[in-house]
Amino acid sequence: MTHKIDIKNLNLYYDEFHALKSVNMVVGEKNIIALIGPSGCGKSTLLRTINRMNDLIEGVRITGEVFLDGNNIYDPGMDLYELRKRVGMVFQRPNPFAKSVSENVAFGLRVAQFKNKKKIAEIVERSLRAAGLWDELKDKLNRPALDLPLYQQQRLCIARLLAVEPEVILMDEPCSALDPIATMKIEEMMVELKRNYNIIIVTHNMQQAARVSDLCGYMLLGEMIEFNKTSEIFTNPRDKRTQDYITGRFG
Amino acid sequence: MIIRPKYTQVLAVSLLVLATLATLAILVFIIVFVLGKGLPNINAEFLFSNPEDMGRAGGIFPTIVGTVALTLTAICIATPFGVGTAVFLTEYTRESRITRIIRFGADCLAGIPSIIFGLFGFIFFVTYLRMGWSILSGSLTLAFMILPTIIRTSEEAIKSVPYSYREVSFSLGATLWQTVYKVVLPNALPGILTGVMLSVGRSIGETAAIIFTAGSSLRTPHSLFDSVRTMSVHFYILAREGLSNEKAYATATVLIVSILMINLSSYWLMNRFILRKTK
Repeated sequence: MTHKIDIKNLNLYYDEFHALKSVNMVVGEKNIIALIGPSGCGKSTLLRTINRMNDLIEGVRITGEVFLDGNNIYDPGMDLYELRKRVGMVFQRPNPFAKSVSENVAFGLRVAQFKNKKKIAEIVERSLRAAGLWDELKDKLNRPALDLPLYQQQRLCIARLLAVEPEVILMDEPCSALDPIATMKIEEMMVELKRNYNIIIVTHNMQQAARVSDLCGYMLLGEMIEFNKTSEIFTNPRDKRTQDYITGRFG
Repeated sequence: MIIRPKYTQVLAVSLLVLATLATLAILVFIIVFVLGKGLPNINAEFLFSNPEDMGRAGGIFPTIVGTVALTLTAICIATPFGVGTAVFLTEYTRESRITRIIRFGADCLAGIPSIIFGLFGFIFFVTYLRMGWSILSGSLTLAFMILPTIIRTSEEAIKSVPYSYREVSFSLGATLWQTVYKVVLPNALPGILTGVMLSVGRSIGETAAIIFTAGSSLRTPHSLFDSVRTMSVHFYILAREGLSNEKAYATATVLIVSILMINLSSYWLMNRFILRKTK
């Protein structure tokens, strides 16, 4: 069978700097996968190879393969825009556009040339509901999104992403700008979303990885040191370096 | 002789204050002088009637129409080219030798004296392309002059749009062009408008390039191919030919007040822009 995502022997260079070293990773269906490791270990870089956001950076060179449903996304014929609709991303800082709440959620639809107003309104509502925001925001749909508190902004960004119905959601430290209560809400939401989406999250917070993820990868200096069930990684790490990190000896 | 630091400090502060006051005084003096001589001669009739006897009597209505027509046409021509160039330089190219050459070229364009633009416009648009002395020739020449301002201010405005906006837009499957016109340009708009307003101010005050290219007809224009006289050209002719000092100062007053108003509104825009960004 083909896996949802299959990363094979992936190398990435920023000019001379070797940022990812022969990384391999397999993602099955409907899981939350956490990538952990100290700053600069390459976990965000790995995340961004999956929707080819690294392509935007000058001097990046990539070798190896990333398969999505059996197709290599680095094939020359790959439709980049289609790929990014299928593989969505939540960023570290909440970054809604300087537009209204509903226009933020509708952005991906407008980009995809949706014209039917009723349909757009429906999808906006459905996405806001899925992000647990509908009851809080249904009377504020025309308010500027930047006036919302941060925790609502981040959930709005997730709603904006859900509107384009991605298959995989990449999260790049989505809670690092949020307080613990807001973090809890996002985590609850992730568990909810897991039923319909594959989620890969990069986090600095080991407790968060332990709480929400099913599978966990530990990275160090561009290498995938260990990739296993989260429970295994945290209770019975195979590699000495993983053990040192999760027990807090460094990092 | 050694002066104690305490006293050099006092001396320095006094000199700096003096320099500032002198600058302010010159500005106030010029404005008060011109307005003082001009304001008593301004009334509705002056603004809305035709000049008589070469401008010795009557009003300046055709020159107001001429100024507005020339400026608007120039802005309409220069803005798409300027903003387009800025978008291309910031979004579609990476910093390289070529972008630096283009930018250097734009800066040089800004440094060319306006009389040279006038001469160029006269030779190229008026005679070679046979547009004659007309709004079209004048506004094309003006457009060349204000292009660098529009390019540079638009570039700054576009660069100040946070990178994260572009990132999100791409991550949602938008193309570069969709990102530019749905996300980047709306956010850069106030900054771009500021540059356009500054260019309006420059166009209104321009004289040398206009005499050569738009002529000095005193009739109200009916099409882009009519020759016009702008307020600044009118003022120049009234003063130089010694036709009427009162009318010259009155024209200058209208000119100064309109430029002042334009500058004030562009500052207002700029402030709003900065406030919104830091929020």
